[in-house]
Amino acid sequence: MEPYKKHESIAALMDRSNVDTDQIIPKQFLKKVERSGFGIHLFHDWRFNDDGSDNAEFELNKPTFKGAKILVAGDNFGCGSSREHAPWAIADYGFNAIISTSYADIFYNNCFKNGILAIKVNKDQLDKLMAEISANEGVCFVIDLENQQVITPAGNGFIFEIDPFRKGNLLSGLDDIGLTLKHEAKITEYEHQHKQDYPWLWA
Amino acid sequence: MKKTMYEKIWDSHLVVDAADQAPLLYVDRHLMHEVTSPQAFEGLRISGRKVRNPHSILATMDHCVPTKNRDQPIADPIARKQIETMAENCFENGLNLYDMKNPNNGVIHVVVPEHGFVHPGMVVVCGDSHTATHGAFGALAFGIGTSEVEHVMATQTLPQNKSKTMQVVVNGTLSKYASAKDIALAITGKIGTAGGTGHVIEYTGEAIRELSMEGRMTLCNMAIEAGARAGLVAPDEKTYEYLKGREFAPSAQHWDQALAYWKSLPTDDGAVFDTTVTLDASDIAPQVSWGTSPEQVVGVDGLVPAPESFSDEIKRKACEGALAYMGLTANTKITDIAIDLVFIGSCTNGRIEDFRIAAEVAKGTKVAKGVIAIAVPGSYHVKQQAEDEGLDKIFIDAGWEWRDPGCSMCLAMNGDELTKGQRSASTSNRNFEGRQGKGGRTHLVSPAMAAAAASAGHFVDIRKL
Repeated sequence: MEPYKKHESIAALMDRSNVDTDQIIPKQFLKKVERSGFGIHLFHDWRFNDDGSDNAEFELNKPTFKGAKILVAGDNFGCGSSREHAPWAIADYGFNAIISTSYADIFYNNCFKNGILAIKVNKDQLDKLMAEISANEGVCFVIDLENQQVITPAGNGFIFEIDPFRKGNLLSGLDDIGLTLKHEAKITEYEHQHKQDYPWLWA
Repeated sequence: MKKTMYEKIWDSHLVVDAADQAPLLYVDRHLMHEVTSPQAFEGLRISGRKVRNPHSILATMDHCVPTKNRDQPIADPIARKQIETMAENCFENGLNLYDMKNPNNGVIHVVVPEHGFVHPGMVVVCGDSHTATHGAFGALAFGIGTSEVEHVMATQTLPQNKSKTMQVVVNGTLSKYASAKDIALAITGKIGTAGGTGHVIEYTGEAIRELSMEGRMTLCNMAIEAGARAGLVAPDEKTYEYLKGREFAPSAQHWDQALAYWKSLPTDDGAVFDTTVTLDASDIAPQVSWGTSPEQVVGVDGLVPAPESFSDEIKRKACEGALAYMGLTANTKITDIAIDLVFIGSCTNGRIEDFRIAAEVAKGTKVAKGVIAIAVPGSYHVKQQAEDEGLDKIFIDAGWEWRDPGCSMCLAMNGDELTKGQRSASTSNRNFEGRQGKGGRTHLVSPAMAAAAASAGHFVDIRKL
């Protein structure tokens, strides 16, 4: 993963709640055996008409949101299945930050494995951000992970909370597996004890 | 210190708990299917890592497999490649795979219990949100993403933050024809799809103890629909009886030792949950979902709600959107909704008991004119058992299609799907837009309700049959 850097980008608005992973990446695109190339299918069923043309009604098709790296969305974003294809599609499309009041647990974990910063805000903060985008589509926000800060032109910025471990991994771009394997000796020791305590699991 | 069952399992699986990183949890069992694993194997290959404990893994093919004409090659070349990749990956790494032609094949969450692969007190993961199913055995079982699948293969551990605990107490007794599925839907209706976020649910109460192991699997399966990380039911005599003698259950030599451990797992009297929700089973009517989220449910004797009946603005908007997508009018009687297709199957309701109750309702009836009814057993073993009991004949005589096992129309990856505007009564777990096919309209119900709808052509209150 690339180390996560401070950036200023267009914030796109998705004023919907409970956006589920079946919408983010519909199941017909889950058959690939690679990790890449899912961005063109992001929100497929909402984004495209039956004839394959762009659905002009869909918010992310607005020219003002073109090139957005920040997605501001309603409550409980990413609910449903465990498919990591959802954050793969989001990242591949170009987003590297999501702002919402809440996320489904598995989706939230998956974001951080793929260089996407999922920021949690309260309802009041979200309402203000949504209002700012609605009033000025194409507006750019600054995301500063180091200082856990979002800055907006209208002054709706805020400091956000984030687990220090997740933050550290995003900033360094470090591989989780490599970090865990530093504890190889402890894992082996645990397994040794596990075999003594629960021999039927190893029979 | 009094502990909940979740806390006991957590504590006994903690490998590293350092201040500067997320706790590392040991994983006992790793379940796999073809959709969420290929990129994890690719990651292992690229980094030159190996599967740490191949014996901890059981793999199947279920999401993309056809449920008919299984003797022919899969028509969809991308699905075929995914299936082939799964076989190659399992072969290369020495993993136990129940491939499409294996008599043990079926939906991962149906197959795993059949072989006694999950026991009480284990930590179990799978790249699949419905892994929660195995909480029925008192195992901490949860869905993970593909990066985490790779992580578990390489390290047998997972960095995890501790969840909060929620107790869902279901008192009383279910009425006839109300089932575990109706409890699951009623809970989701009550607490919402984000109600359990950040929590592990433990289901307790008289109605839960009364459920069979299969009913408990149905219930825990849908813990994820209420947003929870996992669902748990304390093991008891039913659990031990179910496991005894199965292929991967503890052998006679270890049985007493395993049993003593299992009996230590239930939540201590006086342990404190972060949240408690209480329902009365006798109040739960057979449920029908009317919208595009599993929280949008109502009893079969109810009406499609009107947007203005919701005081919460977000729910009102969600209702408007759902009614438009579902092609429904507010205040329509649920029993007046006509359906085009019926699906019985999935990891939620694809077990033998589900087909028994559905067959009881379907017996001597005929599928209504214009309705397609499909029965898809959760595994070849379920299929065989049903055929041994003559259930297949009941379905076939009633005009149903009797298929081979797979996830099938639960998520419609294998070609079994709704067309635009088609409306289903489905025993699966999600009614999201397009879940069963683009433009398809899904109503979630129990197997008995699905079978009754097939012959009537619309929903019926099975309590009145």
